[in-house]
Amino acid sequence: MVDDLYQEIILDHSKHPRNCHAMEDANRKAEGYNPLCGDKLKLFLKVENDVVRDASFVGSGCAISTASASLMTESLKGKTREEAMKLLDRFHDLLTTESEVGRDLGKLVVFCGVREYPARVKCATLAWHTLKSALNGAASEPVTTE
Amino acid sequence: MLTESTARSQVSAILDVEKIREDFPVLKQSIHGKPLVYLDSAATAQKPYAVVEAIRKFHEVDCANIHRGVHELSQRSTAAYEETRGKARRFLNARNKSELIFVRGTTEGINLVASAWGRKNVKAGDEIIISALEHHSNIVPWQILCEEKEAKLRVIPMNDRGELILEEYEKLLNPRTRMVAFAHVSNALGTVNPAREIIELAHKAGALALVDGAQAAPHMKVDVQALDADFYAFSGHKVIGPTGIGVLYGKSKLLNAMPPYQGGGDMIRTVTFEKTTYADLPYKFEAGTPNIAGGIGLGAALDYVTAVGMDKIAAYEHELLLYGTEALQRIPGLKLIGTAREKAAVLSFVMEGIHPHDIGTVLDRQGIAVRTGHHCAQPVMDWFHVPATTRASLAFYNTAAEIDALAAGLLKVKELFS
Repeated sequence: MVDDLYQEIILDHSKHPRNCHAMEDANRKAEGYNPLCGDKLKLFLKVENDVVRDASFVGSGCAISTASASLMTESLKGKTREEAMKLLDRFHDLLTTESEVGRDLGKLVVFCGVREYPARVKCATLAWHTLKSALNGAASEPVTTE
Repeated sequence: MLTESTARSQVSAILDVEKIREDFPVLKQSIHGKPLVYLDSAATAQKPYAVVEAIRKFHEVDCANIHRGVHELSQRSTAAYEETRGKARRFLNARNKSELIFVRGTTEGINLVASAWGRKNVKAGDEIIISALEHHSNIVPWQILCEEKEAKLRVIPMNDRGELILEEYEKLLNPRTRMVAFAHVSNALGTVNPAREIIELAHKAGALALVDGAQAAPHMKVDVQALDADFYAFSGHKVIGPTGIGVLYGKSKLLNAMPPYQGGGDMIRTVTFEKTTYADLPYKFEAGTPNIAGGIGLGAALDYVTAVGMDKIAAYEHELLLYGTEALQRIPGLKLIGTAREKAAVLSFVMEGIHPHDIGTVLDRQGIAVRTGHHCAQPVMDWFHVPATTRASLAFYNTAAEIDALAAGLLKVKELFS
């Protein structure tokens, strides 16, 4: 049933998103946009010595995209760039493949239900597309899910 | 005020909707264990057996290319395809069969006019008027034309109910206005525009008028002569026909003066390497082998809605819309987007603190199909300061009980997200 998608932790993070604010002293920023549903997101990172010290976001989106951004910013803190990129790949696999759910994803495993809702995969990945663009430090244009 | 039960019986008195539903195979299924409640007919309407059968018969019995070949099958398929043109003429009350051009859909119809008519008739400094509630398909073709010709695109504004402001429209009209292109009914809001009046004002200013009829043709009787429309386009699949087929009506005088849209087979009279002469209307605008099966399916669809009666369909859907409007307004925190005094078949809304995509997914799990997003009308969303809406759109096969299911579903949505 729909509870598989909207697990308690997702509902909690969508209603009370963590790290949901702009960051004055961010040294990496990126914007993400999902043209299909109009979801927009700005991601802020503070990266020092190749480690993500702080992460935050602002934006408007559905429960899935908001919760995904909220949980992503939580899980990024303290990760090296390489670890963050690895997490991104693992998260993407969680949503799109039938592979075993990775234990190292922590709280992020709550998104495994999204797999059953192909139309919603992009909602869950918007923040992560944006992360990739922020870490790669390119992109003057917003990254899109399309 | 009507009680709920009398309102429901009033709705059902106009049409024998249960009998109609029997004709639509798609409706007889369960989605996620719940009976399907299909409220997305503005995106595409469901098809009755008659349409499915007509397409099947063409492929099984009559399949051949049209307008060429002297053999029996080719004659049968040509006759069936061309018969639809006559049905489309009657459906729109056009004067002449040759004024009906088969296209892929409304989008192609508008592009045909913007391209073929626009190329010849629009010059630098000219103006094209569209409206604030247009679908992207009636914005972008004109933008492309204006950019190419250095012409100016002007926009009729709307009010908070989602109605066009005619006084502002009158101010936009001037001797440089070449075309006024507008939706008969808004796909995102359901607003029914005063088409006759808009066209009359355009003509007084010496401009032509094109009507995007995609959302009007399924819901009301259209009379292009009474409207005095210069062009009128609709899509087959929104009028319970197949996808990939639609009709563009144009006054023959205008069509005759226009250069062709695409070149190819079927649209020519003679071809040499030096010079080609074009076929007469409507074939001048129908290059290449068309969607024959689609055309034949559309014929069956027009037969079906004509037999039910467009006036009856309009009256039934009007009652259903009133019933739905009341039902949704009872849901706390729900706001209807688009509250025009003249509306057809669309209930677009937002719910406080809940994103339309979440509403759509939770409703889907209850078997209820609605559309969520910007409905290819981003300027409309911007005007109402919402990124997206949830849209329940009605057809004559929907019931008051389905509206009740929607309302109950929305209460569940509220429960989950608050």
